[in-house]
Amino acid sequence: MATQQSRSAARLMMAPAVVLLLGWMLVPLIMTLWFSFRTYLPLRGGDQGWTGFDNYVRFVTSSAFWPAVQTTLMIVLGVLIITVALGVLLAMLLDQPMWGQGIVRILVIAPFFVMPTVSALVWKNMFMDPVNGLFAHLWRFFGAEPVSWLSDAAMPSIIMIVSWQWLPFATLILLTAIQSLDSEQLEAAEMDGAPPLKRFAFIILPHLARAITIVILIQTIFLLAIFAEIFVTTGGAFGTRTLSYLIFQRVLESQNIGLGSAGGVYAIILANIVAIFLMRIVGKNLDN
Amino acid sequence: MGRITLEQVTKSFGETQVIPPLDLTIEDGEFAVFVGPSGCGKSTLLRLIAGLEDVTSGEIRIDGNAATSLAPAKRGLAMVFQSYALYPHMSVRKNIAFPLRMAKLDQAEIDRRVNGAADVLNLTDYLDRRPGQLSGGQRQRVAIGRAIVREPAAFLFDEPLSNLDAALRVGMRLEISELHERLKTTMIYVTHDQVEAMTMADKIVVLRAGHIEQVGSPLDLYRAPRNLFVAGFIGSPKMNFIIGAEAAKHDAHTIGVRPEHIEVSDSEGMWSGVVGVSEHLGSDTFFHIHDTGLADTLTVRAGGEVGFKHGDRIHLTPRADVIHRFDANGLRLA
Repeated sequence: MATQQSRSAARLMMAPAVVLLLGWMLVPLIMTLWFSFRTYLPLRGGDQGWTGFDNYVRFVTSSAFWPAVQTTLMIVLGVLIITVALGVLLAMLLDQPMWGQGIVRILVIAPFFVMPTVSALVWKNMFMDPVNGLFAHLWRFFGAEPVSWLSDAAMPSIIMIVSWQWLPFATLILLTAIQSLDSEQLEAAEMDGAPPLKRFAFIILPHLARAITIVILIQTIFLLAIFAEIFVTTGGAFGTRTLSYLIFQRVLESQNIGLGSAGGVYAIILANIVAIFLMRIVGKNLDN
Repeated sequence: MGRITLEQVTKSFGETQVIPPLDLTIEDGEFAVFVGPSGCGKSTLLRLIAGLEDVTSGEIRIDGNAATSLAPAKRGLAMVFQSYALYPHMSVRKNIAFPLRMAKLDQAEIDRRVNGAADVLNLTDYLDRRPGQLSGGQRQRVAIGRAIVREPAAFLFDEPLSNLDAALRVGMRLEISELHERLKTTMIYVTHDQVEAMTMADKIVVLRAGHIEQVGSPLDLYRAPRNLFVAGFIGSPKMNFIIGAEAAKHDAHTIGVRPEHIEVSDSEGMWSGVVGVSEHLGSDTFFHIHDTGLADTLTVRAGGEVGFKHGDRIHLTPRADVIHRFDANGLRLA
């Protein structure tokens, strides 16, 4: 990238990718903005022209809006806490030399390769079904009344399913980070009189700070938009309607594209607020 | 106090025994250097003393107390690692204070000791920096600072200078020797560099494949190496070994002559050869001599201004009083 020629060649080479990505992002964004200012009811008269900010006002004043925001944030937060905490523990466990290490690592990573829809269905039908699920059998074995997970404890169930999917990702990133920890540092801390828990708190955890930051940032981006898990399990009932699910309902179930688009714009704003907060709080970790 | 005794200590990793039964005593206040080629078990031996590895059998005593199964932190030893092992997310002050914090000392005492150590090691200006912002020599000093604040019974150094450039290494060598003079604490120092061993040690322990080949003061080892290995390892450049007829004249299987114990002349001498590469260091010149009929190459030290050139014929005379004689098993003949 030193000379004038190589710089302009590089720009030329990158141009198709830049244009494609920009178009990919801008076209849906502009269409969403466009529809959000129009009354567009596909089954009830189609596109009926401009309405100003009516859609925006209606979307926020709907009784479903704030609970949906709250649900979204709860799922994101719950999954983050579970995956980071268990991810750190699993990473430390997998870092220990043991027999069959390669296979165990692949097994731990496996859930990440299962499609969200499939994993949610497996959990719903094989584990959480109140009649035939494994949990129901387990509960009955101990003489307890089986729990109907997805109606009585819908939020914890969904958080559990999503955590199961994302735990491998967190573990993988944290494992690579833990492997880069200089073992002499731990030995030095041991010589300095730090017991195992303090070695964890003073050496391992600070070493992982950057990796944890990355896990939190990437997961948040994806978790704000989870949809399939909710669609195939509760269908948004029992207090599991997230913002993205609410938008889906407005567009497809109420057949109101304008209203849904306004919701989409709110979702963009929410995602950006969360992203800015995260960058502020944890982004500091990336600096040093 | 820091008298460290090893009795019949062995260490095996799985089937392979890296340290065969070994006895060693390091007196209080002594500067002991473990030296040997890489893979000779010197670092393992240090880690056994530190408690970072468990001994397979045998006893370690520190000041007469059994320490064999004591946790590393309880042995009262402080270690300086090859990579320094500083905690990268902590400031220099926190790094040095870490062992004191773990020992739950009160803050005033911690501050007093940290400032004291920083003063001794010229680190006062750097206390608020992170290790990443320091040079190699400064990091080394922080690692030493972290060790001295604990006021340990003995210091363990694991090749502490091998990551420094040559000039810094000489400087740090002096600083560590100076520190030992001041603190009078037992120090055990592991290195593969015989120059470090010779310059710093009160007592050198030469190791090969886990065996102690010889223990003694630097000059003892220089003057009277017990076998060919020690003779070849101690001294730089390496001792010349001559076998065959010339050795038989001295009733030995092998004779050893140090490069500095051979006189050179352009006209007469006991041996003669052709000058190969000559290394001019200014103060000294090392000639590599071929075609002597004694060995492939003889190394000879001469004064800095001695001007033989490549291909010149040169005459050599060894000093008769410092010829080392060895038998067929490589052991020194008295």
